[in-house]
Amino acid sequence: MNDDINLSRMRDAAFTEDVEAQSGQKVSDCYQCGNCTAGCPAGFVYDRQVNQIVRAVQLGLKDEALGSRSVWMCLSCSTCSLRCPNNIDVAAVMETLRHMARRENRVAAPKVENFWFSFLDTVRAFGRAYEIGTMALYMLRSLRIFTDLDLAPVVFKKKKLGFMPHVVPHGGAAAVARIMRRYKERAVHERVRP
Amino acid sequence: MTYAYYPGCSAKGSSTDYEKSTQAVCDFLGLTLVEMPDWNCCGSTPAHAVDTELSAALCARNLDIAARQGAEMLLTPCPSCLSNLKHAANRLEKPEFRARVDALLDNPAAGNFPAVTSVMQGIAAHCDVNDIAKHIRKNLKGLKLAAYYGCLMSRPAELMDFGDPENPSLMENLLAACGAEMLDFPLKTACCGASYGIPERAVTARLSGRILKLAACMQADAVAVACPLCQMNLDLRQPQAAKAADAFFNMPVLYFTQIMGLAFGLSPAALGLEKLRVSADSLLRKLEAEGGKS
Ligand code: SF4
Ligand code: SF4
Repeated sequence: MNDDINLSRMRDAAFTEDVEAQSGQKVSDCYQCGNCTAGCPAGFVYDRQVNQIVRAVQLGLKDEALGSRSVWMCLSCSTCSLRCPNNIDVAAVMETLRHMARRENRVAAPKVENFWFSFLDTVRAFGRAYEIGTMALYMLRSLRIFTDLDLAPVVFKKKKLGFMPHVVPHGGAAAVARIMRRYKERAVHERVRP
Repeated sequence: MTYAYYPGCSAKGSSTDYEKSTQAVCDFLGLTLVEMPDWNCCGSTPAHAVDTELSAALCARNLDIAARQGAEMLLTPCPSCLSNLKHAANRLEKPEFRARVDALLDNPAAGNFPAVTSVMQGIAAHCDVNDIAKHIRKNLKGLKLAAYYGCLMSRPAELMDFGDPENPSLMENLLAACGAEMLDFPLKTACCGASYGIPERAVTARLSGRILKLAACMQADAVAVACPLCQMNLDLRQPQAAKAADAFFNMPVLYFTQIMGLAFGLSPAALGLEKLRVSADSLLRKLEAEGGKS
């Protein structure tokens, strides 16, 4: 039996309202045509297809929506939004769900989040992204050796990645670090996970 | 028109060839790109995936610098930077959102920001197709190319203002003006797998594999791109994509600026061609052979 949408489970109407308010999208307009899913390039790694996520939001099934791996695997390509006959910015709904899940520390795809944190750490340090630094930090965080070992020879030979970080001059790097510090402080103050 | 130029972080790392060829081509066409000295990372996907206000704050600092330097337009070659900067400028029009972002900055951001646009559109605005044709030194006749835009350049349509969100044509127009034969490439705005190459390689390999497979089936001599991440996924990760597609590819993936540069007679070194994983020699040979014919 398909247990994907079990209406006997708790429905949280406030959740639906929250998602609609934060994403600015009227999720209730969705009539489940499935266009979003038909065009979604990431659907093959989703545990729930994007139209099912939208349905879960409509029904107030918070755990289904926020616990889904799909919201982490979404590539933000906006194909769904473009093709929705009801003009729902489905990608914005997915992004909102990811933000909500993050704040509540429900991280269904930790590898993906680790990668983002590693990237942002280099931005905090230098003001600009530093590709090799991102990879090194990601390796540390995820305790895995270079995931792209097969690429290493070409990367080195072709100088594909900058070996030295680029620091923003004229105090810019420190200004970026301050932006990130204030962001973190505010999150702590507002009791959400930064 | 006074421009501010925002190269984006890849320009200093994985896509120095895009940067080099962009500078060379714009210089050749008389479009001067002056880099903003103290620009910072726009936050790319990780920042907006984590938090909209953080992403907007990182962008706002750049928009503010460009506004204070008196620029009327901010140009960037990278679609991801473009998308982030445009989204931020748009969201900052809402006073409550702006107040929360300003609180993250050292000083509140300027009231009005310059319009943000892609270098590709900047080139097209600076010189029309006829002007470009006048600059051709080496006609690209005989080259069959697939233009691939990726998913960010044209979407969302209202914000990006890049023509049809699933069938843009600017790159084709520019390269056709250089004499190339442009294929009608159905996957031109499909997603390549974006930044998932590191944490979820299978996703990127499969999506990039699909794009390369179609380009190969259509007998493209090369794929023309405008995005550093697309280029890395299609070129550097080409063997991974081939494995996922159960195929073998030898498909050069060049930035559109590198291809335009060839038409303008700029040297391969000036365009950073040596940085490509899949060599562009097959293109150069084909061009030589065609040149010999006419
Ligand atoms: S395309 Fe729009 S209406 Fe159709 S299922 Fe998706 S969200 Fe619902
Ligand atoms: S934005 Fe996300 S959900 Fe929508 S089509 Fe792209 S990958 Fe799928």
